[in-house]
Amino acid sequence: MSVPRYWREIKYRYRLIGELCTECGAIIFPRRSLCPHCGCRELEECKLSETGTVLSWTVIQHPPKGYEKYAPYVVALIKLDDGARILSQVVDVEPEEMRVGLRVEATFRRVREDGSSGIIEYGYKFRPIIEEP
Amino acid sequence: MKTSRPVGIIGYGAYIPMNRLKASEISRVWGGCAEPIEEKAVASIDEDAVTIAVECARYAIKRAKIDPREIGAIYVGTESKPYAVKPCGTIVAEAIGATPHVTAADYEFACKAGTEAFQACIGLVSSGMVKYAMAIGADTAQGRPADPLEYTVACGGAAFIFTLKSERTLAYLEGSYSYVTDTPDFWRRGLEMYPRHGNRFTGEPAYFRHIIGAAKGLMAELGYGPEDFKYAVFHQPNVKFPVKVAKRLGFSMDAIKPGLIVPYVGNTYAGSTPIGLAATLDVAEPGDRILVVSYGSGAGSDAFSFVVQDAIMEGRPRDLPVSAFIARKRYIDYSLYSRMRGKIHL
Repeated sequence: MSVPRYWREIKYRYRLIGELCTECGAIIFPRRSLCPHCGCRELEECKLSETGTVLSWTVIQHPPKGYEKYAPYVVALIKLDDGARILSQVVDVEPEEMRVGLRVEATFRRVREDGSSGIIEYGYKFRPIIEEP
Repeated sequence: MKTSRPVGIIGYGAYIPMNRLKASEISRVWGGCAEPIEEKAVASIDEDAVTIAVECARYAIKRAKIDPREIGAIYVGTESKPYAVKPCGTIVAEAIGATPHVTAADYEFACKAGTEAFQACIGLVSSGMVKYAMAIGADTAQGRPADPLEYTVACGGAAFIFTLKSERTLAYLEGSYSYVTDTPDFWRRGLEMYPRHGNRFTGEPAYFRHIIGAAKGLMAELGYGPEDFKYAVFHQPNVKFPVKVAKRLGFSMDAIKPGLIVPYVGNTYAGSTPIGLAATLDVAEPGDRILVVSYGSGAGSDAFSFVVQDAIMEGRPRDLPVSAFIARKRYIDYSLYSRMRGKIHL
């Protein structure tokens, strides 16, 4: 990812900012120029819920370029508590511990880095919810 | 040092990565026998001082129940900056939604960089320059393989938000004291991956001289003795040093026990004293007085006296205590540790 593109998306990646369709009420992430449900172009920024439930998941053994050092890693489709659906890495969990219905919360991690001299890309990932012992 | 207007802590949060490496596993690999702690926290491959700082900052804001846009200063104390040039403070500020009307920077003073940030935040709040100021101590400390330091160097951090004392603050500051000299007990030159240290020289002329100097200086200034404090937190590079310094200053084991997390977490460097304070605040009652003394090689100590207020009870049991992060763990072996800490070069 180019540095300018990363910079433009910082707000959305760091703080889970999505968009709310003013026409049909759908919550959209990542941001788009029009609502994928009704085609409306009137979209407002909204803060997404930071907790959700795993709908489906897989383990990436052969990752795309830039993610090699993190493999193997879990990627899940998560339904956030506000209804939005988000695709995210799930960390602090072993693949055998993953299950549909697992409750997860947003965390802040390194997502990718441009070699040893380039920019470090940070952003959201999810993890099982931390609770009191 | 006393502030011109009373200052308190309105929120705090800690974060400790979940990976643990047992000291016995390091002994197994390198053949050592003296194990200074039980186990230490190790950052995952996608964690660093910035991600740890963001985690504790978010917990601190949650506990403080404030709008992050009202935070006027964010200082991150660390010696494991992911970038040599580019502040951690700006990334934290952006991640918590405090930008752009905020001052942000990083502090470096070995293990006391976090409490050095305390001093700056307390001054900014007391002067009226900012409403809220956040000080963070966070590190992913480096230790050369087979070095005695490898047993203890660990990862974690804690964040504290300061504001003027009110009924909403969890504890208020009575005074602080800094004690600094040029003592070359531990250092890491630019572009070097691991630090070097003076072995036994790190004890008496370094750790003990500065901690005792700062603690005695503060108690003399405030007119207190060890009997006036319910709890004490001393920088914890291992188990032996804080226990020994507590005894020499006249504090009991009961006083330091709640904040003594090093046996299960390791030395989180700039995060060490702040996490110890957070763990102590987790169990303290209104009216309890806490002495906090950090130590950073190079060298210096910051001492603080805090008195716990009624508002501390409001967050219980809602807010996550340090014990939740200590209990959350998965054990890794030396191979996985080497991978996670970048000790394997392909």
